[in-house]
Amino acid sequence: MGFAYAEKIARINLTTGEIKAEKLYVELAKKFVGGRGLGTKIVYDEGCATADPLGPDNKLVYATGPLTGAGVPSSSRYMVITKSPLTGMIACSNSGGIWGAKLKYAGWDALIVEGEAPEWTYINIVDDKIELLDAREYLGLFSSELDDRLKEKHGKDASVLSIGIAGEKRVLLASVMNDKDRSAGRSGVGAVMGSKKLKSIVVTASKRNSDEYMASTEAVKEANTAAMGKIRENALTGGGLKALGTASLVNVINSVGGLPTKNWQEAYYDKAEDVSGEALAEKFLVRAAACHRCPIVCGRVVKVDGKEVGGPEYEPLWAYGADVCNNDLAAVNECNLLCNEYGLDAISAPCTIAAAMELYQRGAIKEADCAGVPLEWGSTEALKEWTKRMGDPQTELDWLMSSGSARLCEHYGMPEVSMSVKKQEMPAYDARAIQGVGITYATSNRGGCHVRGYTIAPEVVGLPVQIDRTVTNEKAFWSKTFQDLTAVIDSLGLCLFTSFALGAPEYTQLLNAACGTNYSPEEVMEIGERIYNIERMFNKAAGMRPEEDRLPKRMLSEPIPTGPSKGLVSKLDVTLPEYYEVRGWKNAFPTDETLKRLGLDECVGK
Amino acid sequence: MIEVRLFAGLREGREKIIFMEPGSVKNVQDIMDKLNIPRKEVNILLINGFHQKPETEVNNEDVVSLFPAVGGG
Repeated sequence: MGFAYAEKIARINLTTGEIKAEKLYVELAKKFVGGRGLGTKIVYDEGCATADPLGPDNKLVYATGPLTGAGVPSSSRYMVITKSPLTGMIACSNSGGIWGAKLKYAGWDALIVEGEAPEWTYINIVDDKIELLDAREYLGLFSSELDDRLKEKHGKDASVLSIGIAGEKRVLLASVMNDKDRSAGRSGVGAVMGSKKLKSIVVTASKRNSDEYMASTEAVKEANTAAMGKIRENALTGGGLKALGTASLVNVINSVGGLPTKNWQEAYYDKAEDVSGEALAEKFLVRAAACHRCPIVCGRVVKVDGKEVGGPEYEPLWAYGADVCNNDLAAVNECNLLCNEYGLDAISAPCTIAAAMELYQRGAIKEADCAGVPLEWGSTEALKEWTKRMGDPQTELDWLMSSGSARLCEHYGMPEVSMSVKKQEMPAYDARAIQGVGITYATSNRGGCHVRGYTIAPEVVGLPVQIDRTVTNEKAFWSKTFQDLTAVIDSLGLCLFTSFALGAPEYTQLLNAACGTNYSPEEVMEIGERIYNIERMFNKAAGMRPEEDRLPKRMLSEPIPTGPSKGLVSKLDVTLPEYYEVRGWKNAFPTDETLKRLGLDECVGK
Repeated sequence: MIEVRLFAGLREGREKIIFMEPGSVKNVQDIMDKLNIPRKEVNILLINGFHQKPETEVNNEDVVSLFPAVGGG
């Protein structure tokens, strides 16, 4: 009985079949904690930045954090870290469910997967026993069917992580799924698994909870009680998110005139109510759902064709709704399910359809190219059919679309139509209406992403305080703070949503109690900053150019045409230099002085 | 008229949209009082899409949007 780290990593070489248990060094953990930090450090050190993302030299790290499975609130998270085939930069995709906790209960902090299997393979983990098994009979199945079949074989207590047909075909928008409908969605991590002919990782653990592997000390109990108290007291984590889920944001973001509509040609959708969280709750919601050990319960279970399935988060609800001018909520739910079943990024896939619809609107894609399903705004047939075609591409246009909006629009000579950064599609908040989120999109190490620096919290939701979304003052500072804190949370193995209620002091208390460490909140924030910087150095080694910290031209030069935020543009030209200043970066990369301050000597001079 | 839009849980037992005469309410607090919405139940308070406070005055043709604790990622 000890502390929250299992102190064991498994290194699995699919080329040779060799499986080794390695020790997790506490010194490493102290600098990078686990999860996102640990995984990034490993792929940086092991040369993945210069590897072909879909080649045998790229590696996949599946990393829990020390708090994953540690019996504290919202402790279900794990990360998939690799070099992204979509962006060519660091990929770090986060998922919940129960798989991460099971990996910890089985006795592993992380898995490192290398090489390429000679035939389709899956990894089966039962406590400390790891074996490679033939996966050929499992190809071509929907994620939920695969989950059922593997549980039939390995027992109902097994937890299944897998790629879908999209990952098998190395589609650049392929996700990693777990527990049927939880998703490590972004950056094409599923394609990397597919390139290694790795279909699934099944985990069974005889331990069932944290009490069976770590000491339930007074410190842990106290930290747990304190965190739970704050989560329950906070209106959002203590019931608000359970009531409507993240879907509640549709009406909020639309009401401030920042809901990207018609591929960001507009930012106010007059039919938003039809595809809102309120409409979802009224017409389709069966019940709320939670990840392992989570009191926030933000998940949705909805009915599609009479079956109960995972329902849409805010991003897919927006992307299959306002972004494509669709107000048919049943179609949104069906498309969200299709993304889960094919194993597709449910943000990038519909955002790419939106880009394609604009290309069609402009006459670049012709009706004759559409194989019977024209890419017309609001066409539910187009949404369903093109999602399937992206999940299982056959024709040239299918493949182009499945490679994301940047490559699609480039092909048609209209790169400005792709609403992406570093080739990853931006999510559901218009950077012209909300200045801080524009910095987050432009500077996120993994490309267009909102969660890695969620300034929407202060700019729209009012947490921890309400700040003016239209000004640029201090936005650089807010962005950096959220980015650093998020890096910590992602490395601890906790869900980001705890941060609506908890801050650095609470995370520090939890970490110290669970790991027997003695960090201060300032040290913990510095760990976050260190992780953010080593990600940036990975990107530098991967060949990132400074110009790639930018927003699509539309954000800078096409004012929002209608709605409450009419006339606004993003002022990134003001905020970006301020951001570099606050970060101690020059020309988009950390200075040697900053690297030394953060103890990243291995990156100095690179 | 002043258009008041209610969202999420604030709709329970109330209409989604309520119109009020400009003369009948001075500020957002008056609107909340009229609709029997306790102050602490409102987390996001917008007039014409911009965040305001309960004391902010309302004018004819304003759209007031009120939300309880909602959010996400």
